[in-house]
Amino acid sequence: MIARVLPGDPARLALGPRAPQQAVDALRAELHLNDPIFVQYWYWLSGVFTGNWGISLFTQRNVLIDVSEFLPATVELILAAAIIDLALAIPLGMLAGRMANTFVDNTVRIISYIGIAIPAFVVAIILQLTLGYGLHIFPIIGRLDQSIQPPPRITGLYVIDGLITGNFSVAANALWHLVLPAFALALGPIAQEARILRSSVVENLNKDYTLAEISHGLPERIITLKYLMKPSLIPMITIYALDISSQIANAFLIELIFNWPGFSRYGLNAMLSKDLNAIVATVMVAGIMFVVANTIVDLVVSYLDPRIRFQAESEE
Amino acid sequence: MMIQKKSWAGTLTKKYGRYWYKFKSNKISLVGLGVIVFVAVIAIFAPWITPYPTSAGLYVNFSQQKLPPSLAHPFGTDEFGRDLLTRVAFGFRYSLTLVAVVLSISVAPGVVLGLIAGYYVNRWFSAVIMRIADVFVAVPPLLLALSVASVLTPSAINAMMAVSLAWWPWYTRLVYSIASSLRNEDYVKAAELVGASPTHIMFKEIFPNALGSILTKVTLDAGWVILIGAALSYVGLGAQAPTPDLGTMISEGSQYLPASWWISIFPACAIVAVILGFNLLGDGVNDMFSSSIK
Repeated sequence: MIARVLPGDPARLALGPRAPQQAVDALRAELHLNDPIFVQYWYWLSGVFTGNWGISLFTQRNVLIDVSEFLPATVELILAAAIIDLALAIPLGMLAGRMANTFVDNTVRIISYIGIAIPAFVVAIILQLTLGYGLHIFPIIGRLDQSIQPPPRITGLYVIDGLITGNFSVAANALWHLVLPAFALALGPIAQEARILRSSVVENLNKDYTLAEISHGLPERIITLKYLMKPSLIPMITIYALDISSQIANAFLIELIFNWPGFSRYGLNAMLSKDLNAIVATVMVAGIMFVVANTIVDLVVSYLDPRIRFQAESEE
Repeated sequence: MMIQKKSWAGTLTKKYGRYWYKFKSNKISLVGLGVIVFVAVIAIFAPWITPYPTSAGLYVNFSQQKLPPSLAHPFGTDEFGRDLLTRVAFGFRYSLTLVAVVLSISVAPGVVLGLIAGYYVNRWFSAVIMRIADVFVAVPPLLLALSVASVLTPSAINAMMAVSLAWWPWYTRLVYSIASSLRNEDYVKAAELVGASPTHIMFKEIFPNALGSILTKVTLDAGWVILIGAALSYVGLGAQAPTPDLGTMISEGSQYLPASWWISIFPACAIVAVILGFNLLGDGVNDMFSSSIK
C-alpha cells in the first residue's frame, strides 16, 4: 500500500526509459495500475490467496515461486542464528546474574555493550577478514563449497536435507558455511538478551521464594537451573521474539556480504530495483514471521509462567 | 541583581541537582556522556580542526592513494587519496544530524498520538491509532526504512524521512501504556473534577510523568537510529557521494579488504564508538529517572 502511493511509475521502471509509450500503457493496463488504489488493493489481496502474488518485474516470474525458491536459505540462516542466540545468551545472562557485580559479570557486561554497538554488517566483515581470509578456518561466501552438489530438495534447508538423505558430508559442509553468517546475525541479539536476562535474574534472586529455597537448603545448582531460570527467562523471551522476527531485515546485509542466495538478498535487490510486487511480498513475509515468532513465544511464556496459563483457563 | 541570579541558580540546582547526582554516580554513563560530547564537538568544528578539510568533498589526489595509517594521515587515506581522519570527523556530522532529525520528527507525533490514545482509551479512535501503530511495529524498522527509502530518490533527507516513518509507533506504544494506566490515578480524576480540559490533563498531568521513560528511550534509540542509518548508507540509499558518511565509507572500503583494511575499519570503529556512547548515556539516563535503588 505504502509503496503504491509513492512516486515512480512501476510500468516505466519495468520496461526501461527507452520503451515506447504504447508498451508502457499496455503494461499499465495489464497490471491494473490505472484503477483506483482500493481496486488495486482488492486485486492484490485476492491474488495472495489464490497463489498469484504478482509477477516480479525483475525475475519475470510469479513472486510466490521466487519466495519458495529463496526463502529456505534465509530460514536456515535465521534458525541457525536463533539457536546460537539462545545457546549463548542464556548461559551468559544466567552466569552474569548469579555472579552479579563480580569479574564475570563485568566481563559479560563489556561484551554485551560492544555487541549491541557493533552493526551486524561490521561483525560480518570482521569475521570474514579474521576467521575467513586470515586463518582460513571458515569459508567466506555461499552455502556450500563449489565442488559439492546441493542435496535433493525436500525442505530446502541444506543441513536438514543432507541429514535426511544421508549425505552427511554435504550436511557438515552446509553447517560449516552457516557458522559465520549466523553468528554475525546473532551477536547483537545475544548481547541485548544476556543483559535483560541478567537483570531479571538479579531481581528474582531477591524475591521471597528464592530466599525460601535457599533457607530450605536446596543445592545452588537446582535453585539456579530449576527455580530461578524459568521466571527470569520471561522478559528475555519476549525480546527474543522481536529479535528473531527482525532478523529477516538484518539478514539483508549479511546475505549481501556472504553472498548467501537467500530471500533477504532477493528482497534487497527488489528494493534497489523498485520491483514493487517483490517488495510487497518481502514486507508480507516479514509480517508473517513476526506473527509466527510472537505466537510461539506466547505459548512458551504461558508454559514458563503458570499464572498466565491459569488465567487463560479460568476465563474459559 | 546578584542575589536574584544566585537564587535562580539555586532553584535550578535544587531541581536538577538530584538528577545530576544520580547520573554521575554511575561512572560508565559519565564515559558515555564524555564520548557523545567529544563526538559532537568534533562534528560541529570539523571544518576547522581537521587536518585536510578539502578531503570532505570532491577531492582527488591519486599520488596519496590508499596510504596506510601514518603520522601525516593517522587513519590512512582512501582510494581517491582523501584523508580518512578528516572524512570520519565529517561523517560524525551526518550521523548526529540523522539522530537529531529522526528523533525530532518521530518522537513528537508518536508521543502526542500515544497520549491521545491512552487518555481516550475506550474511544474508537484510540483503537484506530493503536492498530495502525501495530501494523508499523510488525514490520522490522530496518525493512520498513529500506523499502520506503528504496522507492524515494536516494538522498540524505529521504533516508531521514524513511527512518522517521519506522520510528514513531514505538513512542506511541510506550506513551499509550503509561497514559492508559495513569488516567485512572487519583490526581487525573481530581483534575477532571475541577474541570480541567483534556489538553491540560494530557500535557500537564500525564505527560510530565511519562517524560522520564520517553527521555530514556530517546537516548537509547539514538544508537539504533545510527545503526539503521548506517545500514541504509551501506546499500547506497543514504547520503550520496561525495558527502562523507560512515556507512558509505565502510561499504566502499570493503572492496579493498583485506589489503587496505583501514579504509573501512576506521569508519566502522567510529560508528561503534558513537553507538556505544549513546547506549552508555542511555543507561545513565535510565538510572537517573528510575526510582528504585540498585
